[in-house]
Amino acid sequence: MNEQDARAAVRAALGKVAPEVELDDVDGDARLRQDLELDSLDFLRLVETIDEGTGVDIPERDYPAVATVNGLISYLAAHG
Amino acid sequence: MEHGKIVEWLVKPGDYVRRGDLVAVVDTDKTVMDVESFQEGVVADLLVDIGETVPVGTPLARITQTPAEVGPPSHEAPPARPVAAEPESVKAAPPREAPPIAPPVRHLAHRLGVDTGRIHGTGKDGAVTRADVEHAVAARPPTAGRVRSSPRARRLAAELGVELSAVPGTGPAGAVTVEDVQRSAAHHPEAGPPESVAAPAAAEPAVAAPAAAPAAAEPAVAAPDRVATLRRAIGALMSRSKQTIPHYYLSTTLDLRAAVGWMQTVNAQRPVASRLVPSALLLKAAALAAKDVPEVNGFYVDGAYRPSAAVHLGVAVALRQGGLVAPAIHDADTLALDELMEQLRDLVGRARAGRLQRAEMADPTITVTNLGDLGVDSVYGVIYPPQVAMVGFGRVLEQPWAENGMLGVRSAAIATLSADHRVSDGLRGGRFLARIEELLQKPDEL
Repeated sequence: MNEQDARAAVRAALGKVAPEVELDDVDGDARLRQDLELDSLDFLRLVETIDEGTGVDIPERDYPAVATVNGLISYLAAHG
Repeated sequence: MEHGKIVEWLVKPGDYVRRGDLVAVVDTDKTVMDVESFQEGVVADLLVDIGETVPVGTPLARITQTPAEVGPPSHEAPPARPVAAEPESVKAAPPREAPPIAPPVRHLAHRLGVDTGRIHGTGKDGAVTRADVEHAVAARPPTAGRVRSSPRARRLAAELGVELSAVPGTGPAGAVTVEDVQRSAAHHPEAGPPESVAAPAAAEPAVAAPAAAPAAAEPAVAAPDRVATLRRAIGALMSRSKQTIPHYYLSTTLDLRAAVGWMQTVNAQRPVASRLVPSALLLKAAALAAKDVPEVNGFYVDGAYRPSAAVHLGVAVALRQGGLVAPAIHDADTLALDELMEQLRDLVGRARAGRLQRAEMADPTITVTNLGDLGVDSVYGVIYPPQVAMVGFGRVLEQPWAENGMLGVRSAAIATLSADHRVSDGLRGGRFLARIEELLQKPDEL
């Protein structure tokens, strides 16, 4: 998956989990939990939505790598 | 003082403010100060983002005066200028022939944003009645949705006198961008000052009561209105709690090495849809412990405590638009962990979508707040009356742990209990927290 597709997937998933977050207004270094205020259930749903949309199932041990918006996009680009 | 930086907004679009209400906290070069509104009305737009520094005199927010207050709607809505050192005097309402109207009806009209001056009264001497106001609301065309736009674009629009809703947006999802506003202003250099935006939501706000939550039961209420209503309801309920319940507070640090280790092993073998989160384990342990310590599980009503045989575990859910609700997972102590996890996800999803059932709101026998999920170390909650206990879980994090003269690193979290001294005291409360910790040492039996 290229960076653009990964970004689109993240945008779609965020749109479901946190509709008020506008990806283009968010700094790439923004942390999903602290800055976008996703709780653990939101985060789980985000990972689940991304899995449904892209087939990339992010295992729990990789959660630290996808803690930020850019981290998540890069991860998808590398694994999708 | 020449500049001020917004550090906090105390109101949101849709909030109703009176003259003198605090609307924002501003950091100036001398001090941090609260600024108040010089207008009465409904907050239409916030024009300055938190963290932005602007010169004194910059409009901070646009306040739409409710027609009932100011008479004919030709009246424009001037922006509030709270930072201005010299507050402008508020324009007096233009004189007009007001039809007779009873105060309760005027209040209703005001709340619903109905201009009583434009209603044909059917009561005695042409008096406007409650029914007249309700008809006026029903006859009103549906209000347009809020225009998506950035705060910068909104402020620019206000400065240039551009009506946002008339600007074709080219941003994400049709949002109006700064460029769109500039383009529109260039095409219509004669654009006048902003007209007031659509009147506030027509629906009557849910009554503030414990069952407050119930904003949920009224999905027709527009979101900003619902948020304000919910906030008032929470305020009323929590005030009552603090005034009537003699709280005492305890805390203990939970050793979560076993629980987190077990959960990680289980999750590694599962697809994402059936993974567990630490909250599920904590909730289950709290439910089982509540079953074992009946003094924290029940209702205090009419001067007497009635313990509950069943454990309906209230779960505080933060709503993304602000506010919180605490619906119940029924019989949480009897649910298998996976079942509890499933119900938790379902409940949180529905709470945020505003689709809770009344029983879920009314039934909790004890409530858990899991604010640690969003980063705090510990949380001491306020008890939801008529319940008698509130459990708080802080964040799960690795920390140094000394045991048997050795130092290691373990996952841990701080559990707190706020409990009602009319029903229990620290010894029983402490027993409850200790029981939670014991249960978490055998996660596979939860």
